[in-house]
Amino acid sequence: MMTGSRTWSFHQRPVILSTGVVGGPYEAKGNIQQDFDILHEDMWLKQASFEKAQQTMMEEACQIAVKKTRLEKEQIQYFISGDLINQITPTSYTAKTLGIPYLGVFSACATTTESLALSALIINGGGANYILTGSSSHRSATERQYRYPTQYGGQRPPTAQWTVTGAGCALLGKEGSGPVVTSATIGKIVDMEMSDPFNMGGAMAPAAVDTIIAHLKDRKIDPSYYDLIITGDLGEIGHRTSRDLLNERGINVTESQYVDCGLTIYTKDQPVMAGASGAACAAIGTYGHYLNLMQKGVIKRMLVVATGALHSPLSIQQNDSIPCIAHAVSIEAGRDQL
Amino acid sequence: MADKKKKNVPPAAQTYQAFQDKRETKRTVFTNCVKAFLVGGSICLIGQIISTLYIYYFNFTEETVGNPTVATLIFITMILTGLGVYDKIGQFSGAGSAVPVTGFGNSVISAAIEYRTEGFVLGTGSNMLKLAGPVIVYGVFSAFMIALIKTILVEWGGL
Repeated sequence: MMTGSRTWSFHQRPVILSTGVVGGPYEAKGNIQQDFDILHEDMWLKQASFEKAQQTMMEEACQIAVKKTRLEKEQIQYFISGDLINQITPTSYTAKTLGIPYLGVFSACATTTESLALSALIINGGGANYILTGSSSHRSATERQYRYPTQYGGQRPPTAQWTVTGAGCALLGKEGSGPVVTSATIGKIVDMEMSDPFNMGGAMAPAAVDTIIAHLKDRKIDPSYYDLIITGDLGEIGHRTSRDLLNERGINVTESQYVDCGLTIYTKDQPVMAGASGAACAAIGTYGHYLNLMQKGVIKRMLVVATGALHSPLSIQQNDSIPCIAHAVSIEAGRDQL
Repeated sequence: MADKKKKNVPPAAQTYQAFQDKRETKRTVFTNCVKAFLVGGSICLIGQIISTLYIYYFNFTEETVGNPTVATLIFITMILTGLGVYDKIGQFSGAGSAVPVTGFGNSVISAAIEYRTEGFVLGTGSNMLKLAGPVIVYGVFSAFMIALIKTILVEWGGL
C-alpha cells in the first residue's frame, strides 16, 4: 500500500476494463483521430450551451465505456470525475444522468490522474468492484470562463495553449483483462510565482518534475523502468523546461520516452500555439492514444503525470501566482498482455 | 512577463523563472508590428474609402461623416465576428485589428454572442460591455478631466 512518502502501490492491480473517448471538431482534424470512439463535427453538439455540450460528451464517454464491457450500469459502484467549469457542473449533471453514486473532484487538468488514483485506491482497498472515472473539457466553455469570449479578436501569445474539446473515461474493475494500475503518487502544490495565465506549461513544469522525482524515489526505480513517461498538458514550453529540469536533477529521460499529451493530440499545422491543454487533454491522451499503444503491445509500462494549474480568473485578477500540482499514476500491461 | 514586477519572490522561484524564461517561445515583436501596421492601416484605408464615398454620394461633410463611417465599420465587424472570422484576423494582426474602432466593436459583439446562452437580460445585457466597459469608463473619465483642466485654464488662467 503506502510506499515511500506519498505513493500508493496497488497490489490488487485494479484493471482498466474499458475506456470511452469523445472529441470535438478540432480533435477530429488532429493527430490521433483514430483513437476516438466518437468525434463530433460541431462545438455545440446540438445543445443549448457549451457547458451542456461538454456534459453530453462526458455522458457519451461513460456510456461507451460501460457498453464495451458487458456490465450493467447498476453494477458500477462509484463515478469519480471532475472538470474545469465553475463548481464542476458538467460532471455533476453527468452523474445525475448516470445515476451512479458520485464523488466530484477538482484538480484542473490533473483531474484525470487524481480521479484515477482515488478510484484505484478504493478498488485496491476493497471499497468497490467497479468504478467509472474520467474528465472532460470544452474549449469554448473554458475560454469564456478563464479568458475571453471565443469570437474576441485578442492575439494569443506563442506560449498559450488550446483547451481540448472532449471527454475521456475509464471503467476500472477489481479483476478482468486489460492494463492494470500499479501505483499512484500524489503531488503537492508547487508554486514558482509564475502568474501569466497564457503560459501555464511554464508554470506547471516544476510540479510535474517534483512528482516524477518523488514517484521514482518512493518506488526506488529508475526512469528506464517506464517505456513512456507521459505528462498531461505541459505543451511545448513546459515539456522542454521540465525535461531540462529532470536532466539537471540527474533524472535522465530520453526524448522518445518523455512525451506530453498536449503535444500528442493536435498536428503541427493546427493553430494551437504551444499545444493542447484542459482537463480532457490527459484523459484523451491516456485513455485514448496511449492505452491503445499498450493494448497493441507497443509499450508495457507507462507513468501518466497529469498537471494542473489551480488558479481561477479571480485569483489572477487579484495578482496571485498560479499554484500548480501534478499527480502520477503508473499503468502496466496486464498479465494477459505480456 | 508580468512576473518580474513581483517583490519578495523566493530565490528558488527566481532561479526557476530565469530557467524557464530561456525556454519560453517569445513573441515575434518585429513581425507582429509589421502585421499590425499593415492590417491596421488597411482597416483605416477602408474607413477612408467609406468616408469619401459618403461625402461624394450623400450630403455629408468632413465634420459629419465620422459617425456613419464608424457605424459602417462596426456593422462589417459584426458580420465578421458572427461568421467567426474576426478572431482569426485578430490572431494574425494583434493590435492592428484591436486598436481601430472595429476592435472595440468586436469586443462588444463577441461578448454579446458569447453570453446569449445565459439569456438576453442577465447574459447578453449584463456582459456585453464586459471587455469594452473599461474603455468607456476611462475614456469618459479622462475626457472629463481634460475638459476640467481646459476649463480651469481658460476661465482663470486667461488663456
